Amino acid sequence: MTQIEEVSLDQYKHLVSERALTGETMLLNMGPQHPSTHGVLRLLLELDGEIVVNCIPDIGFLHTGVEKNMEAKTYQKAEVMTDRLDYMNTMGNNLSYVMAVEKLIDVDVPARAQALRVILVELQRIASHLVWLGTSGLDLAAMSMFLYCFREREQILDIFELVSGQRMMTTYIRPGGVWRDVPVEFEKAVRDFIKVFPKRIDEYETLLTKNPLFIDRMVDIGYLSKETALSYGVTGPTLRASGVNWDLRKARPYMGYEQYDFNVPVLTEGDTYARYLVRIQELRESLKIVEQALNKLPLGPVRSENRKFVPPPRSEIGVSMESLIHHFKLWTEGFPAPKASIYSAVESPRGELAVFLEGDGGPKPLRVHMRTPSFDNLGVVPEIVKGYLVADLVAILASVDIVLGDIDR
Amino acid sequence: MGVEQKLGNMGVVTTTLESVVNWSRTNAMWPMLFGLACCAIEMMSAQAAHYDMSRFGMELMRASPRQSDLMIVAGRVSKKMGPVLRRLYDQMPEPKWVIAMGDCASCGGVFNNYAIYQGVDEVVPVDVFVAGCPPRPEALIHGVLTIYEKVKGEKFSDLAKG
Amino acid sequence: MDKKLEPIVKEVQVKFGATFEEFRDEVHLFVKPEQIVEALTLLRDEQNFELLSALTAVDYYPQSTPRFHVIYQLTSIAKNLSVQLRVPVNGDSPKVPTVTRVFGSANWRERELFDMFGIEVEGHPDPRRILMPDDSEGHPLRKDYPLGYEEPQFTFNFDEINLRKPYAKE
Repeated sequence: MTQIEEVSLDQYKHLVSERALTGETMLLNMGPQHPSTHGVLRLLLELDGEIVVNCIPDIGFLHTGVEKNMEAKTYQKAEVMTDRLDYMNTMGNNLSYVMAVEKLIDVDVPARAQALRVILVELQRIASHLVWLGTSGLDLAAMSMFLYCFREREQILDIFELVSGQRMMTTYIRPGGVWRDVPVEFEKAVRDFIKVFPKRIDEYETLLTKNPLFIDRMVDIGYLSKETALSYGVTGPTLRASGVNWDLRKARPYMGYEQYDFNVPVLTEGDTYARYLVRIQELRESLKIVEQALNKLPLGPVRSENRKFVPPPRSEIGVSMESLIHHFKLWTEGFPAPKASIYSAVESPRGELAVFLEGDGGPKPLRVHMRTPSFDNLGVVPEIVKGYLVADLVAILASVDIVLGDIDR
Repeated sequence: MGVEQKLGNMGVVTTTLESVVNWSRTNAMWPMLFGLACCAIEMMSAQAAHYDMSRFGMELMRASPRQSDLMIVAGRVSKKMGPVLRRLYDQMPEPKWVIAMGDCASCGGVFNNYAIYQGVDEVVPVDVFVAGCPPRPEALIHGVLTIYEKVKGEKFSDLAKG
Repeated sequence: MDKKLEPIVKEVQVKFGATFEEFRDEVHLFVKPEQIVEALTLLRDEQNFELLSALTAVDYYPQSTPRFHVIYQLTSIAKNLSVQLRVPVNGDSPKVPTVTRVFGSANWRERELFDMFGIEVEGHPDPRRILMPDDSEGHPLRKDYPLGYEEPQFTFNFDEINLRKPYAKE
């Protein structure tokens, strides 16, 4: 384990230019442990002085084998693993997997559960964008952004803890509805957050948006054209900053998104500054959705009544014999799923997060594939980095908002 | 009483060399940035303003292993990352300590499969394990204070033996 | 099936002799491996399916013909449609032609296909492993590759498993 491997240029010969072979350009390793790559990402840079000629990413340092592990568990127990993929967007991952399972077994979700899901997923989107803003600021040496953003995030994590008992990996959204109803303090906590947050976004904007140093480092850096973005399968705010109006919440509404009134910010410049502006605007829009959903929150059950697939609430088990039998069968054996495959997509803060699920008639899935947005978003980075400085590479990588757990699965 | 009162007025303190060395090691222990996955976000939260780790001496997080003395392995270690982890551990100067933060670093966690080391103590020797998935920032701070107690109890005779 | 999708499905059926299945409003078209590049080019240029959303495979292990189904999921932003193409591939020496000239995102996705399933991609500009270490053997997502889990240590077998566990030396 402690041997030093000798690597030669042979395995990369077809990827670097001829100048590297003569020694005119330098090959630099921006290794897996680095403060500015967001996670364990290894970049092999071919540099001509400070200018990047080629960039070869090397991924797989966080490969967890989730897809194979989920094939060995039943549908309900496999949901635990989906939280830990894109760890900034845990509620969204749960939602995408659970929507896929519900589509496969054809179970309906009551209205109150749908509204609760929307509130929590939009709060998670705000939390994810706050971490992006904080760490991008840290990469560009605006350190107070980090402290401000994490202060707001603590409020959101307190709301998650109130609802489910866990700060990050909640597994609160389950097939058929949500785990349990929200406690009485939930509404007050969310309303406090809604009252405080718009002023905070204005604070972040006064710090960064018109700052001449920030503009110098972000404008006209990392231009991504519309055709390149579509060819490389880029989705999410990165695509919307290049001029394509594609948001799954508006195009294929799910979980009742058509009832809420919100805009989708689209810009055409395609540089890092545009990506920054799109995400700041998305913070405001998500807050609007949370407020509308909270005002319209209907009363009713939070779980589907279909006891062949959805376990009964604990309070029923003591009084009804059928509930006890359903609970026993569902948690020991699991439910049988049809022998077919579906593909179901949601809009995560990074792009299109989709699940391809194939059942084989038994309680365990035959194949689960998570189509994660950061994989394709990172695939486009070698194209847009050519010709810029190494310091610009850091800014571009920060603006394309990747999460390594998403890429390596 | 007596001795401290008399000598303290003259600005003299009596102690042992061991306690001075251990005290100075704990009061400014610099961790190395080794956040891999979800636990790294909780480590960042512990460093931020709400649960401040700077009050316990961890003001900076040094990215270079040559300038740090504590490695907090936060997150799951895959088979491809194992040699990198061992190499960074070897590059740290003595004395060094390791905290395994989270379930995945302690025992493999939720992931019991071909791609993840079942516990980071297959790769580096660990001093303190912090449980949780992810552990709360307060749990991480408790783990750090446990390391401090361990360091305060170290004796020169143990270190001399190797 | 969506009304706008019907003429497209008919065109693919007529040109390539493809069969199709429907499940819960989704359309799966079955094409042969040789026809896939032409089919994707047709769908991208004439029918405006600009986005290749996913490229993956399914392993039906005990049956050997076909053992794998390679899945191409296409999305059209202009028309708001999506369609799935499935390519059945045999188990003894699975090969698929590359689609990197049609969609740029297929570059990394096909590397992942080779790494996880062992399906060779003909004509790929960079055929290397992507997620597993470079010197690893075997293809993890095949059904005959073991999960590789660690046995739980109960009180009765604690010591014998402890002797086998690899602890780090200093």
